[in-house]
Amino acid sequence: MSVSKEQVQERVVEALASFGPDADTITPSATFEELDIDSLDLVELAQIVEDEYGVVLKGEDMKELKTVGDAVELITARAA
Amino acid sequence: MSETSWPPAGCALVTGGSRGIGAAIARRLAADGWPVAVNYRAGAEAAERVVAEIEAAGGRAVALAGDVSDPAAADALFEAAETHFGVPVLALVNNAGISRDNLSPSLTDDEWQAVIDTNLTAAFRFTRRALKGMMRARTGRIVNISSVVGLRANPGQSNYAAAKAGLIQFTRTAAVEVARRGVTINAVAPGWIDTDMTADVNRELLDAVPAKRAGTPEEVAACVGFLVSAQAGYVTGAVLTVDGGLSA
Repeated sequence: MSVSKEQVQERVVEALASFGPDADTITPSATFEELDIDSLDLVELAQIVEDEYGVVLKGEDMKELKTVGDAVELITARAA
Repeated sequence: MSETSWPPAGCALVTGGSRGIGAAIARRLAADGWPVAVNYRAGAEAAERVVAEIEAAGGRAVALAGDVSDPAAADALFEAAETHFGVPVLALVNNAGISRDNLSPSLTDDEWQAVIDTNLTAAFRFTRRALKGMMRARTGRIVNISSVVGLRANPGQSNYAAAKAGLIQFTRTAAVEVARRGVTINAVAPGWIDTDMTADVNRELLDAVPAKRAGTPEEVAACVGFLVSAQAGYVTGAVLTVDGGLSA
């Protein structure tokens, strides 16, 4: 399945916003730490990504991610 | 967090629901308004009887075959239940269990592993599968049926005790991990309950039970019903003993 970076960005922001932070603070350069997104949130994000894009993100993948932009880049690349 | 509509738009899955405690739990959850998937391994006729009883009482149920110790069982049963009822599983009762009693010096690897696989590993796999949907739904109830033997020694059941004690600590840890998603995970630890599983056990052991009687499957099911209810939303990581005082 091919999805655009913009589509992934939109979905990731929507998912992260459901975990608490205001949508307008979820910018590509924002770090998960700043957004107070923790490991359980990232597990749930990985499940959403797997269900919707068929992209399996393992624990070690998630550990490498520091910013929203990192996640969007990785998901977009894997979904291509 | 208020639970304005309960049960939520979901169904319940009870493993090992064809007889004994599991059948009573299935009937109870159905009476409380849940559509119930009644899993069974070998007792197809018994499972269908449970479904018929639930339907006769105005409830909804379906019998689903599957050996919980099969690593593929969780995915298969969740998909079957969710397809049948058209809603996600938002209540899971890990009830399926077996015993292979033997004294530790002569306990075989097979007896050890079979009990661990069915009573502990399966509950982990089903819980992991359930949490996918429950975390997204921001609600859910998981009840793991442990045992008083997970709290108190019973000679001849070291494999069963290890699995049931492991289940308690798995319950507590997973409960804490997902608590803020509105999902509760609790354990119920029955003592001596009159079922097929205890039919062959020496009745003299009942003398150790302060209540001086065996419990009924319905008394266990009532506790599960409470833990699955809206009112129990703030109860998580708990172990509710239903044992006539045996572990007190």
